[in-house]
Amino acid sequence: MRLELRHVTKKFGDFIANDAIDLIVEPGQIHALLGENGAGKSTLMNVLYGLYEADGGEILLDGVPVHFSGPGDAMAAGIGMVHQHFMLIPVFTVAENVILGSEPTTGGLIDIAQARAVVREISDRFGFDVDPDALVETLPVGVQQRVEIIKALSRHAQILILDEPTAVLTPQETDELMDIMRQLATAGASIVFITHKLREVQEVADEITVIRLGKVVGHTKPTASQNELASMMVGRHVDLEVTKPQATAGDVALEVTGLELLDTDGRVLLDDLSFSVARGEVLAVAGVQGNGQTELAETLIGLRRPTAGSVVLHRAAEDGGQVVEDLTGKSVKAILASGVGFVPEDRGKDGMVAGFTIAENLILDQVTSAPFSQWGAMNMRAIAHNASERVAEYDVRSGSSSAALATLSGGNQQKVVMARELSRDLTVLIASQPTRGLDIGSIEFIHSRILQQREKGTAVVIVSTELNEVTALADRIAVMYEGRFVGIVPPDTPRHVLGLMMAGVSYDDAIAQSQGHETDPGEIMEGIWQ
Amino acid sequence: MSDTTQEQSTPRPTWRVMLRSAATSSYLTSFLAIVVALLIGAILIGAADAQVQQTAAYLFAQPSDFFGAVGHAVGGAYSSLFQGAVVNVSTANNAADVIAPITKTIAYSVPLIFAGLALGIGFRAGMFNIGAQGQIILGAVLCGYVGFSWHLPIVIHVIVCLIGAFVGGALWGFIPGILKAKTGANEVIVTIMLNSIAVFLLGWLLTLQAFRKPTSNAPISPTMDPSAQFPHFFGTPIDLGFVLAILAAVGVWWLMERSTLGFRIRAVGENPDAARTAGMNVSMTYVWVMILSGGLAGLAATSQLLSSASQQLNANIASTFGFDAITVALLGRSKPVGTVLAGLLFGGLRAGGYLMQSVTGTPIDIILVVQSVIVLLIAAPPLVRALFRLPDPERRRRATSRAHARSTREEVTA
Amino acid sequence: MSTAVLLDDLVTDHMRPRSWKLPIALSVFTLAAAFGFAGTTSSTAISQVAIVTGNRWLGTINLALPSLTSEIVLVAAMLCVTGSAWWASATRTTAFGKVRLGSWMGIIFGTCFVASFLLWAVAGRGASLQFTSLLSGALFLSVPLIFGAMAGTVCEHVGVINVSIEGQLLAGAFLAAVVGAVSQNPWLGLISAPVAGAVIGALLALFAVRYWVDHIIVGVVLNVLVTGLTSYLFSTVLTRNTAVFSATVKLPKWQIPVLSEIPVIGPVLFNQNALVYLMYIAVIALQILLFKSKWGLRLRACGEHPRAADTVGIKVNRTRVLNTILGGAIAGLGGAYFTVANGLAFGKQMSAGRGYIALAAMILGGWKPKGALVAALLFGFADNLQNALGVVGVEVPSQFMLMAPYLVTIFAVAGLVGRVRPPAMEGKPYKG
Repeated sequence: MRLELRHVTKKFGDFIANDAIDLIVEPGQIHALLGENGAGKSTLMNVLYGLYEADGGEILLDGVPVHFSGPGDAMAAGIGMVHQHFMLIPVFTVAENVILGSEPTTGGLIDIAQARAVVREISDRFGFDVDPDALVETLPVGVQQRVEIIKALSRHAQILILDEPTAVLTPQETDELMDIMRQLATAGASIVFITHKLREVQEVADEITVIRLGKVVGHTKPTASQNELASMMVGRHVDLEVTKPQATAGDVALEVTGLELLDTDGRVLLDDLSFSVARGEVLAVAGVQGNGQTELAETLIGLRRPTAGSVVLHRAAEDGGQVVEDLTGKSVKAILASGVGFVPEDRGKDGMVAGFTIAENLILDQVTSAPFSQWGAMNMRAIAHNASERVAEYDVRSGSSSAALATLSGGNQQKVVMARELSRDLTVLIASQPTRGLDIGSIEFIHSRILQQREKGTAVVIVSTELNEVTALADRIAVMYEGRFVGIVPPDTPRHVLGLMMAGVSYDDAIAQSQGHETDPGEIMEGIWQ
Repeated sequence: MSDTTQEQSTPRPTWRVMLRSAATSSYLTSFLAIVVALLIGAILIGAADAQVQQTAAYLFAQPSDFFGAVGHAVGGAYSSLFQGAVVNVSTANNAADVIAPITKTIAYSVPLIFAGLALGIGFRAGMFNIGAQGQIILGAVLCGYVGFSWHLPIVIHVIVCLIGAFVGGALWGFIPGILKAKTGANEVIVTIMLNSIAVFLLGWLLTLQAFRKPTSNAPISPTMDPSAQFPHFFGTPIDLGFVLAILAAVGVWWLMERSTLGFRIRAVGENPDAARTAGMNVSMTYVWVMILSGGLAGLAATSQLLSSASQQLNANIASTFGFDAITVALLGRSKPVGTVLAGLLFGGLRAGGYLMQSVTGTPIDIILVVQSVIVLLIAAPPLVRALFRLPDPERRRRATSRAHARSTREEVTA
Repeated sequence: MSTAVLLDDLVTDHMRPRSWKLPIALSVFTLAAAFGFAGTTSSTAISQVAIVTGNRWLGTINLALPSLTSEIVLVAAMLCVTGSAWWASATRTTAFGKVRLGSWMGIIFGTCFVASFLLWAVAGRGASLQFTSLLSGALFLSVPLIFGAMAGTVCEHVGVINVSIEGQLLAGAFLAAVVGAVSQNPWLGLISAPVAGAVIGALLALFAVRYWVDHIIVGVVLNVLVTGLTSYLFSTVLTRNTAVFSATVKLPKWQIPVLSEIPVIGPVLFNQNALVYLMYIAVIALQILLFKSKWGLRLRACGEHPRAADTVGIKVNRTRVLNTILGGAIAGLGGAYFTVANGLAFGKQMSAGRGYIALAAMILGGWKPKGALVAALLFGFADNLQNALGVVGVEVPSQFMLMAPYLVTIFAVAGLVGRVRPPAMEGKPYKG
């Protein structure tokens, strides 16, 4: 089926998310929709899928204008969508999820045999190997994604939208997904592939449309170079080099030995981790989302209690000597107090209280300490003074420091969180996904602040799923897979080696496998965009 | 209140802006909600009135009769409601009589203010404590017991009774608090259950020798000692209880806005994950909130036992204060000033309701209808705005925040 | 990843932490039975229990059991169950094949414990415990609880917390009484009860779904509203026209031929009025339809992951509104119990907190009709126990019996009875 979007416009209040977007997807084509975070790709697809109503423009299927007032209409017209956050019901079985909304029934009850048959048929056709009776919540994300694809295909989707489908996959799972996409395209489906990862676009797309700030900035072919694509995406020439001074690693500041963490069901989340971080050194923890990085950061800060192992801090004493402090099993409050700063991964959920003012958020973890309070009473003057200083120092853009943090942009919110954590004397800084979802300007700002800490002699632990950030900041990279460190490697390790390690292959094996693998300079260069 | 942290001065508002903000303010919504509730009450009063029903039969023949009857029924009921709650202008013989109703209103409002403040603290910590009823009962049990069985000197006895009331309520609040902290048990369910358990516990205690008035077969306790009575002011029904309620409101304001514990409570209420990440002990905060909240609710019992209201422990000692307090806290938006005002309003409705019942025969149950309609409407400002065709202050903000939420969502997909 | 791997397969047995809650709880109860009941029973006492009463074929069977011996047997049985619970925890055994150990041990143990309590209570009394009427009374008392719990189950699965069951019961009771009295027809009363409940359900839906008001706040306030409204109308309209409104009507009892002749079960289950039979239908239908029908699947999708439901074309908020109204109607029907099913006139606040117990039963029953049924029956049993024992002349402080359901519920929500998961998105508005 041929899909055509003409001048599709979508506004949220004064904010124009999609500005007169034109797009044509031919049958059997994999069309990549490339753009930065927040460029408006997902909004466009939600319009196409009937979740949002367009403010202008039209959608044509095989040349016929259509109007969708809900996803039901879009599905009936042959459009299927695999959402980035899976639209699956965890407590339902695969079969129940697949038929939901278009249930086959016999005698008033659901014909589960037919539902199973549908799942089996599609699963066999594409070699998915999905059990129709498995509860979705027990399935790994890669399999859940296939359930989503089955769901779309079972509704006879001829146009399939994949929204950032690789974000949660290992490189190997990503390759498998690309195979599936090619199969589907060969079978005649039109595929819209939303992503911001250049490598994937070049590998699988037939046609590329680049979107920036809600507008189409150009169409191109996968033969375009990564630098060309990157420049189109951000609108200026991008310096892929990141400069940082030579590491001046000092004494060990953080020492972790045999760290183990089990969840309540006895599942292993952290598996015998041992490492140390020196003063003035950045250790970056890389890995595909969900391999224990989040849990590692939370365990270090005391949000989770390790089942075994120890976390020891070596900090400077007031007399100039060294204090060795065992942080294992201590409370978050105690760990923060002993000179550990923490920037949580999910800023909105864990890092800030959205309804509090900037001033209040800036003292969130310091309210009980001087000068902000005494004998349980808050010192409002000191709190206000601190706020105006931090706001100026970190260039937080807002009307006033009594504005609720919720009214600020993501970048400014993250600046507030960073300002709070970095305003103390830190021995160790733990930052999880410090730049997730931020614009380039904010990313640069945050990175410079982190490197400034490094120069000041703070031991920094960065957890990031963005390889570019890892390679840009790290003095050493620890690659994590299923709760353990596959290896700790230097920052100039080739990307495909890191990729293999992120799928659980040991460093030596990864090196061995990559022997003969022609090192493509562009692939190492792609840096920021992976 | 964080206004003190404001750095920039806001530009002087124009009249138009001020009018607009008045039209969209929550005060206006609250006022209109009260108006609508009274209107609904009026309809019920009219509909149930015998005279109105008779005249309705020939409504079209002689509409004036009908509307006259409606006016008579509603006017009579509401004027006696007003006279019972605020000032008595019709039957008063002297100045004291004229203001007697307002003093009665104040007296009725005391338990509502205490319990409303209690629930407000819980709401701001994100805990839906609807167990004030049980907490008042337990407060009454302890307060009553030390009041009639310990014989202490004046002043000290009142203080001991206050402590007893606080401890009783705090204990009943501690249970859901600790269960939520340790096992994650939903405080709504636990407090509902504890309300009923408290009723049966009180019923059982009143069968015991220690709690039973020796000369009576009825399940009531001995009368409180005279030393365990609040002093009155200038011979009015207003006593120390009201002063304590106001002090409690000031104390709660300070606690929530100026103390580190209040900061913690608010942070936990707004975002428990962020509070935990900032090193706050969320579980213990829940426990403290419930202890404070329960204790304050327990103090509501003192207005029954230490004032002239009841002075004896009986099965109905908590009346429906605990449930009314939910509406008080909601109407007062969990803020101390609002709670005091809401407590006075509902206290007035109660005081006036009794007079209305005795004078016009309109059952006091209508007050429950009025109260619940007020709270429902206040909880749904869009409905009030739709009823009165007011502008929507949220629309602009919502549109931008949705755009923002959307862009964050897209960001997260990275 | 070419093969589908269940995460559970990755967890080996020895990693699963042991839970000692069940064996500890059972031990405590066993000790209580051993010392509290068996230990205080006189060796000469006899416990009389009328198991079967007036059966066509069996007549009346009145057992006279030696109290102490029976107690010892029962305590021994409890010891066995407790022992196996310790063993099961130590070896992390949770099931034999498809049979889940926890629930079976609970049922066997509970039966033994209740039996030992009953035998102890009637030991040495002249009169015998009327077993059949104990059960049939319990069933009848649990009718409003079961309807209420079914209403709660429907609403919560669609994502709306229904705390206004109490108000829905009361409204149903009111309208059933009024319509029944005016028409002099209990059937019209029965039919109108769900209408009243549905109206309250619609109000709940309006505020909770349309205006995103906190579901619990709406529920609590609606209860106050219904209490005020019905009490007001009772005091005005109803009491002023006693001639019309105090006339009571009652649903007839239907004795089902043959089935009602089955010993014990027959008179308990099949000699009841139409409301009870409707209850059977409601429970069975909901248990099947919620989990096996198109309606149930869509309804639960809205409660578990509304956005996912939206993306497959299900109108989430419409589904929520309609099913909240349906839930209200079910609870309203249960309200008919108080008036036309009992042949009583309406009284102020006559639902007396049953709606809250129904809520408790639903939670205790793990948000499933089957489980809620069992929990509601348990509560009805506890309620009726004091009646039955009172007849025999046993004085148990009634307050503690009445407290039991509430205490059990607190234990349940605190996870001491075993944790179950509510629908994921209950109480969360869907903003599209």
